[in-house]
Amino acid sequence: MRLITHNMLQCHVKGCNANNFPLDFQDVSLEQQEAELNEDFLRNMLGKIEYGALVATCLKLNITDLPSTMPADANTNEEFLQALHRVMLETHVISGKMVCPNCSHIYIIRDGIPNMLLAEHEV
Amino acid sequence: MKLKELEGYLQDVAVFTKPKIKLEQYPTTPHLAARMLYTAHTVYDDIENKAVGDFGCGCGILSIASVMLGSAYNVGFDIDSDAIAIAQENCEQFEIDMDFILTDLSAVPAPSSSEDGPDGTRGSYEMMKGKLDTILMNPPFGTKLKGIDMVFLKKGIDLANHAVYSLHKTSTRQHILKKAKEWGVECEVVAELKYNLDKSYSFHKKESLDIAVDFLRFEKPQPKSDA
Repeated sequence: MRLITHNMLQCHVKGCNANNFPLDFQDVSLEQQEAELNEDFLRNMLGKIEYGALVATCLKLNITDLPSTMPADANTNEEFLQALHRVMLETHVISGKMVCPNCSHIYIIRDGIPNMLLAEHEV
Repeated sequence: MKLKELEGYLQDVAVFTKPKIKLEQYPTTPHLAARMLYTAHTVYDDIENKAVGDFGCGCGILSIASVMLGSAYNVGFDIDSDAIAIAQENCEQFEIDMDFILTDLSAVPAPSSSEDGPDGTRGSYEMMKGKLDTILMNPPFGTKLKGIDMVFLKKGIDLANHAVYSLHKTSTRQHILKKAKEWGVECEVVAELKYNLDKSYSFHKKESLDIAVDFLRFEKPQPKSDA
C-alpha cells in the first residue's frame, strides 16, 4: 500500500465517526519503489488529498520531504510535485499496523495489504 | 494500443485457482475486460491519467487493463485475500503498481444507526468520496447473496468522482435503469455482451455457458472540477 491510499482510509468501526482519520501507523516497514512521475495526475489530485493528514503521517514516519503547508504554486512547482510523487506514489508500507486515533481499533497490514475487514459486531 | 492487442496481453492474467462459489468468483474474461477498458479509454477518456478503483477486483484483470491504457493510480477492493494474492502476482508479472484493500464492500450498517445516509447506507469509505475518478467493477451478480450487485453499484456511484463502469445481467436492466434514475445518475447501456462462463464449478452441467450481460456506464452529474 502506498501512502496515497492511506490518505483515503478511515476507521470503519460502527459508531466510530469522529476523529477516525488518519489512521496512525505503528511498527511499519517501508519500502521505496521507483515509479513514473505523472504530473497531470498529481495536479488533478492536489485538491483531493488531505494534505495536513499526509504531512502529519509523514512526520511520524520520519519522512520530512514535504513542506508543512502546500505551496501556493503547487501546480507549477516541479520540486514540490516531485516530492509529492516520491511520498505518495513511491513509498510503500509493506507491513505494520494502523490504529484508529478515536477508538484504537487496529488494522493489520501484511504483504502490503491493509486488512479492513471487521468482525460481525464491529460492522 | 489496439483492442486486440490489449485482449492478447490479458490472456496471460492468472485466474482463481480455487474459486469460491459463495463469493461468486467467476473470472472476467480477457475479452470482456478489454472491451470495457478500451471503450472507457477511447470513447469516454475515463482512464488515462486517472485515479481508478476496482470493486471486487478478484485477480485484478480490470485494473491491469486500466494500467495498460494509462491510468495513473489504481486500487483494488476485495473480500478474499487469496484472490488478492493472485492479483498481486499478476501485477508483479506485468510490472504494474497497484494497491489493494482487503475489505467487505457489502457490509451495510444497521439501518437504525444515526449516522446512516438518507438511503440507509453509510459510507464506510467516506474519505474516499470523490477521489477516485473512475470505478470499475464486475460485481457478484447476486445469485448467492441477493441484491449484492446493487450494493456494489450504489457504493461505486457514491464514491466515484465521475464515472462507474459495471457489468450486470441483461435481465436486470430495467431495474438498474430505474435505480439510476432514483440515484440521479445517467446510465448508458454501452453494449450487450456474452459472458462466457467456463465450467468453473461442479454444479455447472455444461462445459461452458454464455449469459447475456450489459456493459453499463454511469455518469455523475456536475463532476467536481479540480482544475
